[in-house]
Amino acid sequence: MTKRALTGNHAVAEAAKLARVKVVAAYPITPQTTIVERLAEMIEKGELEAKMIRVESEHSAMAATLGAAAAGARAFTATSSHGLLYMHEVLWWTAGARIPVVMAVVARAIGPPWNIHVEHSDVMDQRDTGWIISIAQENQEAFDLTLQAFRISEDPRVYLPMIVSLDGFILSHTVAPVDVPPQEDVDAWLPPRRQPYMITPESNVVMGNIANDDEYYMMRFSIQTAMQAAKKVIDEVDVEFGKAFGRRYGGLVECYLCDDADYVMLLAGSWAGDAKKAAEQLREEGIRAGVARVRFIRPWPEEFIRERLVNVKGVIVFDRSISFGSYGQLFTDTAATLYGQTSLRGVIAGLGGVDVKPEDFASEVRDFVSKVEERGRVYEPRRWLLPKKYSKLAEEVVA
Amino acid sequence: MGTKGSGLGQVEVVEPKTLWFAPISYPAPASSGKTGLWRTERPVVHLDKCIKCLFCWLYCPEDTILRREDDYVYVDYEYCKGCGICAEVCPTHAIEMVPEVVGEGQ
Repeated sequence: MTKRALTGNHAVAEAAKLARVKVVAAYPITPQTTIVERLAEMIEKGELEAKMIRVESEHSAMAATLGAAAAGARAFTATSSHGLLYMHEVLWWTAGARIPVVMAVVARAIGPPWNIHVEHSDVMDQRDTGWIISIAQENQEAFDLTLQAFRISEDPRVYLPMIVSLDGFILSHTVAPVDVPPQEDVDAWLPPRRQPYMITPESNVVMGNIANDDEYYMMRFSIQTAMQAAKKVIDEVDVEFGKAFGRRYGGLVECYLCDDADYVMLLAGSWAGDAKKAAEQLREEGIRAGVARVRFIRPWPEEFIRERLVNVKGVIVFDRSISFGSYGQLFTDTAATLYGQTSLRGVIAGLGGVDVKPEDFASEVRDFVSKVEERGRVYEPRRWLLPKKYSKLAEEVVA
Repeated sequence: MGTKGSGLGQVEVVEPKTLWFAPISYPAPASSGKTGLWRTERPVVHLDKCIKCLFCWLYCPEDTILRREDDYVYVDYEYCKGCGICAEVCPTHAIEMVPEVVGEGQ
């Protein structure tokens, strides 16, 4: 085992290299840039035998990635924020084509106003496209998920593209120890690429032709059945990865101190580390708190939530994004899955990289616990952790 | 280097065993029916003006300008949609677009 000090972005680039990607098509955008920059270096030095396609936009980046993948190449790209939004249309094309592709998304706020810090709005905006979407908590997991993504995406039961999301700067530009396995171990674990069809100069396949409405409907239905199947594949890959490399994460959800928990914080991304610290602190105070860290927002872990969270006293969902006029996206899905069977609170926090500390999580839980104990069932779908200097002003507006 | 080190790398086409509707099709004649029925104007080739340049044959998007052995052309009216590109590109105006149906008052 070789532990290396790597930023989240360089860890992802190492994983793509070990997966022997053959085509990388990308356009630079902060905070993603250093992923494809590192891959370009590897190609230039001859460490990675791949074609780097420089394109004029993210829309073209995904189009070129899809084209290369449809032609049989293991293809990879990475983007963030505005780049991901510009790419959005081709995400639908890729998932609809059922062609395996892996993309890293370094989660970042969306302008205006310009902001390059972490937020999940960009990745959440892709949740209806038919992509499998994972969100890492730390650099090692971003590395592991990238390797796993090829295996999940290329599984014939799935054949859907996959996003590996990592939080901007907090992971992307922060150095941490990452266990990078040798190439032969990865070769032994990751099977050769599989895909459902290939578009080559010799073949006469047409992709994206007009279809009758009935067939169109059935293609949508079959994407959903593939999403259901992906849950099993993700669990299998988690187990197989654990056998080969010694790390397991628990599949769709990582459950931290939630086996006997009365109150569970549900969230995704790097700030789960702070929530875990808060859970430990709360337990010392006598509140049995836990963390359900959603690792995959698509497919949505409905079975886990139904089996494990229905009987707790309360669930607090922390969203680092909001669907304006509605709720945080994780809250919406959690509420739909729990259908009112337990107390529920949704908190919108950390937008634009606003720091959320363990104490912020802990005080939200304490407040929630006291309300649940006082009133019984509590349903608060949309609370804000406003920056302190503005909290009074906002209270007046709401009042 | 092995097969992994070159070209596309190893790749295998494996169709799923589960429910599967792929968004792909294979081009074939008449996959959209007799598209000649869509036509409102038909291209008529006047061979006396034809100089065998074959522009019409090259430009036809539906492959319905057919080429004789002597390089004069004729039209497959079963599938020609009457788009008129052939008449547009003909340098000697040897192709005339003739209305299929003449309505009342015309």
